[in-house]
Amino acid sequence: MDNQNLSSNPIHPSEPDNLTNIKDLTKKLNINIPLSIALYILPVLIIFWSLFMGRFEVDPGNVLRILISSIFPIDHTWTSAEETIVMQVRLPRIIAAVMVGAALSMAGAAYQGLFKNPLVSPDILGVSSGAGFGAAVAILISSSSWMIQVSAFAGGIAAVLCTYLLSRLYKSGQILVLVLSGVIVSSFFGALLSITKYVADPYEKLPTIIFWLMGSLSSVRYTDLFAIAPAMFLGGTILLLIRWRINLLSLGSDEARTLGVDMKQITRIIILCATLLTAASVCISGIIGWVGLVVPHLGRMVTGPDYRRLLPMTIVMGASYLLIMDDLSRTLITTEIPLGILTALLGAPFFAYLLWRRKTGWS
Amino acid sequence: MVMTLSAHSLRFSWDNKRDIFSDISFTLKPGELFCILGPNGTGKSTLLRCLIDLLDLHSGSVRLDDTDIREMDRQELSRKMAFVPQGYDVAFPYTLLEYVLMGRAPYISAFSSPTEEDVRIAVEAICEVGVHHLIEKPVNEVSGGEHQLALIARALAQKPDILLLDEPTSHLDFGNQMQVLSLIERLRDRGITIIMTSHFPDHAFIVSDQVGIMQGGKFSMIGPAEEVITSDALRATYHVDVRVEYIEVADRKVCIPIRYRPGSLCPVESILDQILANFSDPAHRCTNCGFMPEQENIMIIQPDGIQV
Repeated sequence: MDNQNLSSNPIHPSEPDNLTNIKDLTKKLNINIPLSIALYILPVLIIFWSLFMGRFEVDPGNVLRILISSIFPIDHTWTSAEETIVMQVRLPRIIAAVMVGAALSMAGAAYQGLFKNPLVSPDILGVSSGAGFGAAVAILISSSSWMIQVSAFAGGIAAVLCTYLLSRLYKSGQILVLVLSGVIVSSFFGALLSITKYVADPYEKLPTIIFWLMGSLSSVRYTDLFAIAPAMFLGGTILLLIRWRINLLSLGSDEARTLGVDMKQITRIIILCATLLTAASVCISGIIGWVGLVVPHLGRMVTGPDYRRLLPMTIVMGASYLLIMDDLSRTLITTEIPLGILTALLGAPFFAYLLWRRKTGWS
Repeated sequence: MVMTLSAHSLRFSWDNKRDIFSDISFTLKPGELFCILGPNGTGKSTLLRCLIDLLDLHSGSVRLDDTDIREMDRQELSRKMAFVPQGYDVAFPYTLLEYVLMGRAPYISAFSSPTEEDVRIAVEAICEVGVHHLIEKPVNEVSGGEHQLALIARALAQKPDILLLDEPTSHLDFGNQMQVLSLIERLRDRGITIIMTSHFPDHAFIVSDQVGIMQGGKFSMIGPAEEVITSDALRATYHVDVRVEYIEVADRKVCIPIRYRPGSLCPVESILDQILANFSDPAHRCTNCGFMPEQENIMIIQPDGIQV
C-alpha cells in the first residue's frame, strides 16, 4: 500500500506544483520564526538583568566578573557583600523562578491537551490543595523548611493519586470523570486545609501558613533546587519526548484510539509527569496560580497549537514570565509582594489585553 | 498486503439486557464497498464502532484474514483500519496540514515526531481529497464539508487497507455529496475495502458493491445493490412509499420517495397543478402523469378567491 502514487489522481492534476517542495512546507509550519527566536533569547537577557537589579545595587560589570570567577579564577575587584548578594541570594532565586515558571507552564499545557480544554490549569487534579494541606500540617508540627517541602510534595502527589483512583471507580474511564474526581479531591483537601488553619496558632503559625499559600521564592537555597531538579528533569524530559503525541489527545479519546494511541497508558504518563512538575514547583514556591493557565495561551499565540513547537515555547515563556514577576515582587515596593498575588494581579489584566488585541489561538 | 474483513455473529448491548444488534455476519473481499442502510437509531454507527474495536462486542468476533482484531495491538490495527467519524470536535485550531499529519501517528513511535516523509504523505492525502487550497488554514475555520474531507484525508494518511466511514455525506451539500462519493469510488478502485453507513439508498446505487439493510438490530437484507434495494424493501424499512426507477440519463436506478397529499388522488402532481388542471382540462386529467381520477372522488382543497 505504501507505494501507491496518490498524486497521479486525475481530478486535481496540477495543484501539487507549489507544494512539491516538502521542505518548504515543513518550514511554513513554523510561523513567527523571528518572534520565536527572540523569545528563546529572552530568558538569558532577563536572567542577567535580574542579577544586578534589586535594592542593593551591583554594578553590571561586577555581576559578569562574579559569574566568571565561579568558573575561572580572576582578580577580585568587587566586595564580598556583592558576591554574596549575587551568588547566594539572587542566583538561586532566579534559577528557582526559571524552573518553577517553566515547570508550571509545561504541566498546564500538557493538561490542556489531555483534557482537550484550554481552561485547564496544572492544579486541575488537586495537586495544589494537596500540597497546601501538606505544607500547612508541616508548619503546624514543625518549622523546618525541609519538612515543609517534603510534606507539600507528598501531599500534592497523594491528592493526585486519590483523584486518579477515584476516577477508576467509574468504569468507562472517561476524561470528564477525571476532571470531576479532581474537583472532589480538591475541595476535600481544601476543607482539610481550612481545618488546619482553624486550629493553627493565630499569632505564629497561621501567618506562616497564609504566607506560604500566597507563594514566594524569597527563601530558596541551592539545596532546595538540587532536591527538586531530578523530579522536574524527569517529568519535563518525558513530556518533551512525547510532545507530538499530546496533539492526538486533543482530538478526543475515540479518534485518538483509531489513530493507534493507547489512551490509558498516555493518560497515566501525562498525569505522572505533570504531577511531578507541579508538585516539585509547589513545594519550593508555595501556590502560584495563573502561570500554568496563561502561559500556554501566550505560547499558542506565537507558535500555534502544535505541541511540537508549543511545549518548548511554553518553557521559555513560562521561565521569562515568572522571572519578571519575581523581579517585580522583590523590587516594586520596599517590602516583598507575595509572588502568587503578583502573577494574578499583573497577569490577569495583561492576558485580558492580549485577548482583546489579538487571536488567542483557540475558539 | 490486502485483507479480508469478516464479522462473525456480532452482538452488542449497552446494558446486557436489550441488544442493540445481534447476529450480524458478513465477509468483505479486498476492495469491496459495503454500504449499510437503515433507519435512524438502528445501530449503524454502533456497529461501525464495534468493527474497529472502539466499543466492546458482547459476543462474536471481527477478523482480519484470520486474526481477531481484539488480539491486535492498537497501533498495528490503526495501520490496517481507519475510521472517519461522523462528528468532530477540535479543541485547538490546528492547521489542516497538522490535522492530517496526525493520521501518520500509527507509523510514528511514541518518542518521535513526523518526518518529512510523513509530511509528504499527508500532503498527498490532502491533494487526493481536493482541499489543498486550505492546507494552512485552521481546521475550525473551514466549512463542515471541508472538515469532512480533511477527516478522510487524515484516514488516508494512515494508509489503511480498510476504511470505515460513518455517514460521510450527512453534512454535505449536493455537490460535495457527489464529490465525496466519487472520492470513495476512487479509493475502492485502488483496492481499499470500504464500509460506509448512509441515509441515502441512492448513494448505494451510485457506489456500492454490497448493501446491507439494517433494521431492528439485524440485517434484514444483504447482497448486491440491484437485488437488495427494491420498493418493497425500502417501504418495509422506512415506512414510506418509494419508487425505484431506472433513469436513463444517469444510467442507474434512483429511489424516489412518494408523498400523498391530503385531498389529492394523484401521487405525483401538486395541488396547485390540480387546480390549474381544472381550468384547462375538463376531464381533470393530471397534467404531469395523465392520471385521471373518477369524477365523484375529487376533493380539491380550494384556496380562497379561486373559482373553479
